[in-house]
Amino acid sequence: MKNESVLSKKKIEEMAETSYKYGFKTDIESETAPKGLSEDVIRMISKKKNEPEFMLDFRLKALKHLSKMTEPDWANLNYPKIDLQDISYYSEPKVKKKLDSLDDVDPELLKTFEKLGIPLTEQKKLANVAVDAIFDSVSVATTFKDKLLKVGVVFCPFSEALEKYPDLVKKYLGTVVPHTDNYFACVNAAAFTEGSFVYIPKDTLCPMELSTYFRINTEETGQFERTLIVCEDNSYVSYLEGCTAPQFDTNQLHAAVVELVALDNAEIKYSTVQNWYAGDPVTGKGGIYNFVTKRGKCQGKKSKISWTQIETGSAITWKYPGCVLIGEGSIGEFYSVALTTHNQQADTGTKMIHIGKNTKSTIISKGISAGKSQNTYRGLVQMNKSAKGADNFTQCDSMLIGDKCGAHTFPYIDVRNASSTLGHEAATVKVTDEQLFYFQQRGISAEDALTTIVNGFCKDVFKKLPTEFAVEATQLLGLRLEESVG
Amino acid sequence: MLEIKNVFASINGVQILKGTNLTIKPGEVHAVMGPNGSGKSTLSKLVSGHPDVEIESGDILLNGESILDDDPDIRALKGVFMAFQYPVEVPGVQNGSFLRMAYNAKRKFQGLDEVDPMDFEELIQEKLKWVGMNEKFLDRPLNQGFSGGEKKRNEILQLAVLEPTLSILDETDSGLDIDALRTVSEAVNKMINKDRSFLVITHYQRLLNHIVPDVVHIFSEGQIIKTGDKSLALEVEEKGYDWLLQPVS
Repeated sequence: MKNESVLSKKKIEEMAETSYKYGFKTDIESETAPKGLSEDVIRMISKKKNEPEFMLDFRLKALKHLSKMTEPDWANLNYPKIDLQDISYYSEPKVKKKLDSLDDVDPELLKTFEKLGIPLTEQKKLANVAVDAIFDSVSVATTFKDKLLKVGVVFCPFSEALEKYPDLVKKYLGTVVPHTDNYFACVNAAAFTEGSFVYIPKDTLCPMELSTYFRINTEETGQFERTLIVCEDNSYVSYLEGCTAPQFDTNQLHAAVVELVALDNAEIKYSTVQNWYAGDPVTGKGGIYNFVTKRGKCQGKKSKISWTQIETGSAITWKYPGCVLIGEGSIGEFYSVALTTHNQQADTGTKMIHIGKNTKSTIISKGISAGKSQNTYRGLVQMNKSAKGADNFTQCDSMLIGDKCGAHTFPYIDVRNASSTLGHEAATVKVTDEQLFYFQQRGISAEDALTTIVNGFCKDVFKKLPTEFAVEATQLLGLRLEESVG
Repeated sequence: MLEIKNVFASINGVQILKGTNLTIKPGEVHAVMGPNGSGKSTLSKLVSGHPDVEIESGDILLNGESILDDDPDIRALKGVFMAFQYPVEVPGVQNGSFLRMAYNAKRKFQGLDEVDPMDFEELIQEKLKWVGMNEKFLDRPLNQGFSGGEKKRNEILQLAVLEPTLSILDETDSGLDIDALRTVSEAVNKMINKDRSFLVITHYQRLLNHIVPDVVHIFSEGQIIKTGDKSLALEVEEKGYDWLLQPVS
């Protein structure tokens, strides 16, 4: 008889059975485009959305360019090649008329978001958080829209922005992430279906948190959303995106693009809590392939963009939210927690491109690997000749839980002037059985111990999240860890 | 309170405990002394449920019930506390929050409401004084960068706050200077009452000048080879262990 008390086998099995909480599928009639990417499909999407001419041109140009591109293979990821012709690019819940108010929204949809903890109905709205809920390829509802408009803040689905603010969209679309940027950004430029648009006018501090919630529901449908946020001089916005998907045995492609533009003295805080379905814990079947391009342009003097991401889901994560620091004295920040468990793979990090004088960037990355997962940090800090007096501080730490997982760090540093300073710190820690036993001996369960230790490891990042979501992120991490111990 | 019944146990395939028997009644203070490598520390791991210990036969009863199937956290909640010889460092976890977490885990187990940080701070003021520490100590990461003495004081602080019914002190005196030894011992003495039992594992007699045992056991080769009162400890101090070990080998 062995005194198998710390994480005994029985317990691991029990915990492994805790399933992905958001894995349900909503039974709702939807109209899905036939599989495959072609000019016809793109014209169909554009027409369905009543898009202006320039938008269709933008898409077609991207499609043309795509034929010259190949899927990148440099990432530390292992997966079969993605067949773009085997994916459906458009799916919408069947709704007959235009939605004017929430009363027109299919109650099934409202229930879905309610179940996900995103209340959309008037009585239950999250206090001080405006939400745009996107279900497959269309936006279901945006709350607090009118209240925001009163102070000049535009927060609406991308398709609505094309209708109401085409000039603004045209001015900024593709200026941060051009369709030529990379393979997945190119697919997105050609086929994106929905997303959020945010515009903060001059001298305006957005009075509430903005949040977009993405939900993939239909099997074999990709989600290609595009978000554009523009902050004029002396303005501020804090924005958060969340995402979940049902459990399917097949992999789904999520190739999003996010573009941020900050003008003089503007500040954009962009947070992500990513909890896409990660695939079956045992077989590794299914799960989202998350190939996302996120970039912010600090165009104005003393502008600031900060990315905070809590990455817990997806079978594969490939994303490097970055900042192009053009304006003098502009600031870029990247705070990341990436947790991989079971068979998950993540290759994530950031790019900080210093162009303007006295630009400053901070990178804090915390990677946690458990199970058989592989977790890679990949980060570029580039300081151009023009970036005199630029400054960067990077800290990337890894935590290992168990002995079958892997943590990898690939920092790229490219400094082209002599007046810049740069600091890089890295550490790898392991959660030991002795630590877990110490907690247990004080009456704290092994699961709670692990969550506490991991949360302690991540707290520098958590405190960057908007308060409304910090608690949620902590709980999410706890939940994902509970599923994974062993 | 505690009954260890004819336990044979091994660590990494090596048999360490070879028929250990020990009974501690409520309110009693027992000392276990023995040379290096005698298996003293395995005894504390055995009772607290450390996963390295593989039990071959025998039983451990706490208040008359076997705890062999209980996970370490359940044993702890039932009242078993071990002051570690080498408390592990846990970066990122605040000492004070850890202590409150442990305290609340116990409250919850007893069906009581959890205590919020403000009330908790008030509640532990006196205990902090017992071990000669101030509040700043609670803000530091758990055991990280603590001196040997600070680690031991922290263990005793936890003991004082959690008020276990059975406390095992595993070589608590090692690494303590004479003043710290006195402080720690005084704190332990304040905890002793008719309902609480103590198992003091030590190499040297000097700790037993401060924490006076009711019963002293000499441990060797995985067994208790002699049991006596506190004078036995003094005898060992004077003569060493050799004279006791002869008959066994």
